[in-house]
Amino acid sequence: MLKIQSLNASVGDKSIIKSLNLSIQPGEVHAIMGPNGSGKSTLSNVITGHPDYQVTAGHIHYQGEDILEMTPDVRATKGLFMSFQYPVGLPGVTTISFLQAVMNAQRKQRQEPLVEATDLIASARVACEQVGLPAQFLHRALNKGFSGGEKKRAELLQMRLLEPKLAILDETDSGLDIDALKMVGTVVNEMRDNARSFVIVTHYPRILEYIKPDYVHVMRDGNIIKTGDAALANQLEKSGYAWLDDTTKD
Amino acid sequence: MIAPNKQINDQLSQKYWQGFHTDIDTDSLPPGLNEDVIRAISQKKNEPKFMLDFRLKAYTHWLTMSEPDWAKLKIEPINFQDISYYSAPKSNKDGPKSLDEVDPELLRTYERLGIPLHEQKMLSGVAMDAVFDSVSVATTFKEKLAEAGVIFCPFREAVEKHPELIEQYLATVVPYRDNFYAALNSAVFSDGSFVYIPPNVRCPMELSTYFRINAANTGQFERTLIIADKGSHVSYLEGCTAPMRDENQLHAAVVELVALEGAEIKYSTVQNWYPGDENGKGGIYNFVTKRAMAKAHATVSWTQIETGSAITWKYPSVVLQGDHSSGSFYSVTITNNHQQADTGTKMTHIGKHTSSRIIAKGISAGQSQNTYRGLVKVAPTASHAINHTQCDSLLIGDRCSAHTFPQVNTQNALTKVEHEACTSKISADMQFYCQSRGLDSEAAVSMIVNGFCKQVLQQLPMEFAVEAQALLEISLEGSVG
Repeated sequence: MLKIQSLNASVGDKSIIKSLNLSIQPGEVHAIMGPNGSGKSTLSNVITGHPDYQVTAGHIHYQGEDILEMTPDVRATKGLFMSFQYPVGLPGVTTISFLQAVMNAQRKQRQEPLVEATDLIASARVACEQVGLPAQFLHRALNKGFSGGEKKRAELLQMRLLEPKLAILDETDSGLDIDALKMVGTVVNEMRDNARSFVIVTHYPRILEYIKPDYVHVMRDGNIIKTGDAALANQLEKSGYAWLDDTTKD
Repeated sequence: MIAPNKQINDQLSQKYWQGFHTDIDTDSLPPGLNEDVIRAISQKKNEPKFMLDFRLKAYTHWLTMSEPDWAKLKIEPINFQDISYYSAPKSNKDGPKSLDEVDPELLRTYERLGIPLHEQKMLSGVAMDAVFDSVSVATTFKEKLAEAGVIFCPFREAVEKHPELIEQYLATVVPYRDNFYAALNSAVFSDGSFVYIPPNVRCPMELSTYFRINAANTGQFERTLIIADKGSHVSYLEGCTAPMRDENQLHAAVVELVALEGAEIKYSTVQNWYPGDENGKGGIYNFVTKRAMAKAHATVSWTQIETGSAITWKYPSVVLQGDHSSGSFYSVTITNNHQQADTGTKMTHIGKHTSSRIIAKGISAGQSQNTYRGLVKVAPTASHAINHTQCDSLLIGDRCSAHTFPQVNTQNALTKVEHEACTSKISADMQFYCQSRGLDSEAAVSMIVNGFCKQVLQQLPMEFAVEAQALLEISLEGSVG
């Protein structure tokens, strides 16, 4: 599904990701943990194709294709999705019209039939219920005046409807209360199947009580310094990131 | 929510798809301007004496005036003797009596523009007047409008059939002395649309005029006069296109709106004259005077989508003469490449409890110049006047510029005037967000721009909102790297 080899990436003159390797198979859920400033969000943005991040060395292959030369919209059309840590507001663009535009842009590229407005409204209402967003939000400008939690729910709403093959949740859990965390878990678990993969980027192990990862990676200084299974997250919960200093010294 | 249809997609695949020229025999006056030319125009139209006198007075006054230079515009000098002041398709010298008499080549032109004039293909609920170069070639739904007592006809015909209305109202809102281009228009105007709505009548359909400049070296000087009698209601829309030509062409129109007591006029414009090429060569000079007079309890709203023309100079205004009258101005101006726009409005509060609302959205791309210029004037008589102004500018790229010159002049202490303005750039984050969901860079910008303009776009009649949205996209084509 995704293969990252010796990736180096920087913002401006500042090198952030250093020789990072990561391999994700279809159907797998990978959690990427690590303290602030370890490069987790940079990694998410580089995979998605944010123009402010430059890849200075290495490769990213997605479904066997080199995606580094692809614009973000081409990557999206091929099934990549990122739930933003800080989604931007779009004044004057209603959520429903945004959904219609992006779904049809993707479908058009894939030469699939376009979604009908009536079908979209019906499925968007169902999805709203699943992510705990009142249906009136469909007719409000996307992310405009939404609270932090509502923005995250709107991100998951888009994920549900776009049905990506690889979804990156960039700190979707931060700032969410316990009920919202459960909702994130439910949505991911419902969408989880043996073809779709997830990358859960987080500070806190708590979200992993609701989403059982196949792998847990710990990032520090732009690289993955430890990889394990769900137990690694529990260990981190107990001992904090400082515990890694001892274990990785060996 | 608007579903894109095939027509729009076709439009999107071309740059200025209206830029074709129709080969048709014309009856034109040679270039040049003098008293004889004015007499000839008046004679061609069999005008009564009062019209010729009006034209000649305007011409004499125009000779004493010079071109305005206060706007933030760079204008190549115009030689007014190089312009032909009259051009009409030959076949309908006296005006067609019905569509059957209209040259099929002309009908095809309008069909190519997406404006079918054949009865069976017409937009339902929209009556259309089509003006080709200097004359009106067809007006649709005339009978249906007549049943309601509504007069909607070419200006020429109104002069002939309703001279008393013309004599009573012509130049009462925009006098010929008003400004250089209004004086020129008053002297040489060729045709345009005339509307009269009787008292307490709600016009049963949208009225629309489609202006087309076809002939080379021709100026288009149309004149529109709309009279909404007491308690009546009308919604009117004009659209404009022209062929692509290397030389600049002058368009100097005058639009006068008269809203009598309790009447409501909604006037919308989708201006898409040829803007010139990417290097700024060619394009229409769009120098237009538009003003409305609102009597007591009358309401006038101007909505304009300005995407075309090399240079736009226009300030649709409202004189709020009667107590409790209200005026609004909703504007989207898009400039790309080397286009220049200096546009805005003037709200003159004279009556008590008058209110005005201004929402102006300017979008600049390429190396264009986009200026909002507004004046809110509150006379000593206008106690309890209220104005709210909002001017927003959006910049695309870093070679364009936006300017805002809002002016407030209050001579009455009991007024409330509010002004908000903001300038923003399409942020990389906004664009990335849209792109990461699957929109390509142009679609992303167009979505952001459409959102930015929404407050104005939603003022447009339904039938034209789709067209306007598509136009915004075409106008910005190539503006993002």
